[in-house]
Amino acid sequence: MQGIVTKIIPFSSVDGPGNRTAIFLQGCNLDCKYCHNPETRKRCINCGECVKNCPAGALSMENDQVHFDPTKCVSCDTCIKTCPHDSTPKASPMTAEAVFDIVKKQMPFIRGITVSGGECMLQPEFIRELFILAKDQGLGTLIDSNGTVPFGNYPELLEVTDGVMLDIKAFYDDEHKFVTGGSNREILENATYLGENGKLYEVRCVIAPDLYDCEKSVKATGEFLLPLYKHHPFRIKIIAYRPMGVRAEYSDMRVPTQDELSGYKDMLSEMGYEEIIII
Amino acid sequence: MRPVSMERVEQTRGEILDIIKSAELTHEQKVTCLANKADSLMEVLDLPEGLDELLNVPGDVKCICDLSEGHAPLRPRYITPDYGKLMKEGCKYLNLEAPRDLFEALNTLLIFYKHVPSVTNYPVYLGQLDDLLEPFIDTVDENTAAKLIKMFLLNVDRTVLDSFAHADIGPKPSKTAHYIFEAEKVLEDAVPNLSLKYEEGVSTDEYLKEAVECALTCAKPSFANHKMFTGELTENYVIASCYNGLPLGGGSYTLCRLILGNIAKKASSIDDFKNNKLPYVMDIMARYMDARIKFEVEESGFFENNFLAQEGFISRDKFSAMFGLVGLADAVNILFEKEGKEGRYGHNDAANQLGVEIMEIINDFNNKHTNPYCEVTGGHFLLHAQVGLAEDQNITPGTRIPIGEEPEELIDQLNVLSKFHKYFPSGTGDIFPIDLTVHRNPEYVMDIIKGAFAKDLRYMSFYSSDSDVIRVTGYLVKRSEMEKLDAGHAVIQDTTALGLGASRNGHILERKVR
Repeated sequence: MQGIVTKIIPFSSVDGPGNRTAIFLQGCNLDCKYCHNPETRKRCINCGECVKNCPAGALSMENDQVHFDPTKCVSCDTCIKTCPHDSTPKASPMTAEAVFDIVKKQMPFIRGITVSGGECMLQPEFIRELFILAKDQGLGTLIDSNGTVPFGNYPELLEVTDGVMLDIKAFYDDEHKFVTGGSNREILENATYLGENGKLYEVRCVIAPDLYDCEKSVKATGEFLLPLYKHHPFRIKIIAYRPMGVRAEYSDMRVPTQDELSGYKDMLSEMGYEEIIII
Repeated sequence: MRPVSMERVEQTRGEILDIIKSAELTHEQKVTCLANKADSLMEVLDLPEGLDELLNVPGDVKCICDLSEGHAPLRPRYITPDYGKLMKEGCKYLNLEAPRDLFEALNTLLIFYKHVPSVTNYPVYLGQLDDLLEPFIDTVDENTAAKLIKMFLLNVDRTVLDSFAHADIGPKPSKTAHYIFEAEKVLEDAVPNLSLKYEEGVSTDEYLKEAVECALTCAKPSFANHKMFTGELTENYVIASCYNGLPLGGGSYTLCRLILGNIAKKASSIDDFKNNKLPYVMDIMARYMDARIKFEVEESGFFENNFLAQEGFISRDKFSAMFGLVGLADAVNILFEKEGKEGRYGHNDAANQLGVEIMEIINDFNNKHTNPYCEVTGGHFLLHAQVGLAEDQNITPGTRIPIGEEPEELIDQLNVLSKFHKYFPSGTGDIFPIDLTVHRNPEYVMDIIKGAFAKDLRYMSFYSSDSDVIRVTGYLVKRSEMEKLDAGHAVIQDTTALGLGASRNGHILERKVR
């Protein structure tokens, strides 16, 4: 089957351990205020607005569909900036085989692949097909997810998945709804399910002090996860909100200080967590 | 000895006075420059016909460069003493007994370094430090060992005033290497240059990780493909100077380089380059190297009279010579333009293929040329991808892709490099500035090293895009020292001036960050 692929980064140092090829899938079911790639949120509706604006002639309309020619693209991102619909004309349908052909070019320099998004778990069957191909070549497989889709419904996908990197963007549901537009009930259940099954590789907390009580949330998240951590350790990433790529209305929020971030790290290490990374 | 004109003598006297009065040269640097000026008046080599118009001409038409080795070589260019013998037996000439503990071992080495000559007048090889020191490392407690190693490295940086001085470690992990990493991370000094001989399965992941973390702090160690080097030069090889693979207990008599871009300028077509212009220049350069070697071995008296040879720290029959080249990318691009072909080296399959064909021609030539004094390498020279000189303009080092033209994706750059590293047992290498975020994921660099060595890359260097110590072409300098020199102050190490020249002419601060 085909997945809607936003982009593929051949060498990534920030999408899991070691060097990995990162595959980003289009479409997301949350609406985080600090989203740094809002163009990955929705699928293209072929309105053609970007075709009019592209300065390089890389976009055209063919049979009422936006067509993207990567050879002409100058990566100026005008299409993304002018899209009225939080999408990108660069996302395209690809089979798992076609994606894996691109992944293979990076071997033996990579230890694995990471599927991210958007919210990649909106396309679970595509990920499974891709991971089967990766496992067959001895590559590691990680999913980067917002946790809104229940992993328990996809045991066959988890069989070929080394681990999941899960966002817990706020612990208390009212705050989570304010930050992301959605409830975190399913996300916390997913954390439990993945933790109990040894598939929780990493948990991420995004620190955006203007949006919610970060200290209270990090503390509660740490306490909630501790039994799972003792069962099967995972790492925690404390990610600072940064304005890069963020939609204009949310791009002037306060960036947390290094001291604040270190304070959260210290709090978690006092609870017993060992691998805590500040980004 | 042939006579020289009084005009040349007077001109040299003027240059000597300039050196004496220079505000930017230290005393040691002046002495070295004065010796070179004296040597420049010598005419003793039996030079091949046609050399003059290829060698002694302006930079944009020069086809052969002898890298300032001088007119009457009084010692081999690179010397790689067997320091293991020193540790076991001591040295009669220096009246040193074999060391018995770490204090004595380090002191013995520091004394010995003062007596190892080279083209820079400083040793270019400081030994396989882990093998040399590990037998003594437990003769003191851990804190003392760490402190002694740190003081040793500090001493080397402040007294061996040239960052072509190169120490080796690996492939097995050691306490010594651990102390070196810990010290270098704090010292952040340019000297010594440091290579880790890496072999997957022999070098542990913990060891490699520690080394990568060190490299991201202070731009060293670099990583050498141990399996590849041992396959060509046996276990008894060293990495010296920039990244030069050489036999232990010997070294290299000489290094000259072909300037391929300038040779390509003289060619009317790709065929003319391959069949006429390149072979003509290679032949003259090889015979020039033969003449230099003949003088060193038969006339200079070095191998009869220097204590290193007399006591067996080196032996004449372990020396070879380095047949160097620069500007493969330049040659390919110039030839493509001449023939109206689209595509550039590093980006286009046909251009890269022409690069491979040129390397095959050079390799074939070298395999056919013999020199009676290069027994250790089968009577042949070793090919060397030279990294460039400070004054080089529009010359791309070795087989590298020019700075500013690196492919957008690192994978594409690595795939091009993997076609070329195999040709150069006496050294080639590529340099990658790494983005700061990788500090939190050293495994990223580890994966790239492992993949690269599986694909026959030979030698790789990394540095963090924000670090003070950076790799210029093959050696290290401190940005802060370059700024001092740029402001007109004398600086302690010779190589800072080379780095400053390279940053002006070679754009070394503009490499693509990965």
